[in-house]
Formats: sequence, C-alpha cells, structure tokens
Amino acid sequence: MNVLYFAWLRTKIGIGEETLELPEEVTTVSEFLDWLGQRGPTYLEALQDRSVVRVAVNQEYVPFDHVLAPDDEVALFPPVTGGMDGVT
Amino acid sequence: MIRVQQGKFDIGAEMAEICEGDFAVGGVASFVGVVRDTGSGPDGFMTLEHYPGMTERKLADIEQQARARWDLANVLIVHRYGKLAVGEQIVLVITASAHRGAALEACHFLIDWLKTDAPFWKYEEDGQTGGWVGALESDDAAKLKWRD
Repeated sequence: MNVLYFAWLRTKIGIGEETLELPEEVTTVSEFLDWLGQRGPTYLEALQDRSVVRVAVNQEYVPFDHVLAPDDEVALFPPVTGGMDGVT
Repeated sequence: MIRVQQGKFDIGAEMAEICEGDFAVGGVASFVGVVRDTGSGPDGFMTLEHYPGMTERKLADIEQQARARWDLANVLIVHRYGKLAVGEQIVLVITASAHRGAALEACHFLIDWLKTDAPFWKYEEDGQTGGWVGALESDDAAKLKWRD
C-alpha cells in the first residue's frame, strides 16, 4: 500500500511517502492509524490527536471506518487550509 | 477548466480568453485571492503545499457542481502552489454566463468551497520562524502553529 503524508504530518513523521505492507488483521483506516502509531515515536506523536488528521483513499476523503484494500493510495494530512485562509 | 500551477497568472488575459468568440456570454465575474500579511510583515511569505492529483480531482469536482447548479458558459479556477510572498496573487476564479446572477453566485460558491475541500496547506515564514497555518485547530493556543 502506498502511503502519503502532507504538511505537518510529513514534517513530523519525516518522510513524504512510503510503501507499507499491512498485517491481515488491519482492515479499517482507524486500525491502520493504530498500527502506524506503533512504528515509532515520530508516528505516535504525529497521530496522537486524530481530530486533526484527515484521510483520503485513492484521492477521496474517507471516514475512519473505511475499509482499506492492499493496492490503495492512502494519504494522511491535517485539515486543509487552502484557497482563502490568510487571503483577504 | 482548472489549473494548478506555481507561476503567476494574468487576470486580464484569462478574462479575455474565457469569453473569446462566445457571444452568448453576458457577464463575467471574477475573484482573486491575495496573500495577506497576517503578522509576518511585508517580507513574509508562505509556502503552499498540495496533494498533486487529488487537488485537480477536487477542483474538477467543484467545477462540475457549479455547472450543474448554474447555467455557465465557462469556468476557470487557477490555484497556485509553492512559495508565495505577501501581496502575491494565489487563486483566481472566473465564471462566465449569459446573466450576471449566475456568474456572480457561481463565483462566490466556488471560492467558498475552495477553502473547505481543496487539499492545500500553508506554511508561513517571517524570515526567522515558521509554522503551519491553522493545522491544530483542536489544540490549545500555544500549539496553534507547529514548529520544528
């Protein structure tokens, strides 16, 4: 599975992209985030507050109970601040 | 039509192009977003990160929603990314229609939507410190900006 990180999730975790093989028991986005958090302290810190983590699967927003497939592109990022914030 | 680019855009040229040869167009509305000084000073800048692929997909989605809702002859959304200085133009929305109501309402709709759904994130710098904008909204004030 291809996993992408953006904004402060990218800088906290320290990489922008990686390919991961999920254990069989990990099926939902929520379980994936739990599993990812166990990969190291940088992951744990980046993922500790789930309320500021957004998830897209194959470039569409998904809820945390979404079920993942092995060849999905999964992206983790903060709430978006595009377009107008900081813009008059 | 949507475009995601690093380079600047020319509003006059874009507006001329959007209605060129289309004599059914009776009104063209536009919105330009500008990088505002939010305390970093006139020398401040921001770096706009985005999710290539998903950005284009979400912008195309919203163009389709606007076209379904209003009778539009043409739509253009240009969104920049990368390093942008205070005062630079960051986003352009142009809508063309037979009537002013559709053009103005669709333009307003499009720019409102961009704020909430397009995958862009801002990193602001004032030359000494930097931080991600609005990233930790549920956190306390001290953590509003994440720093290295």
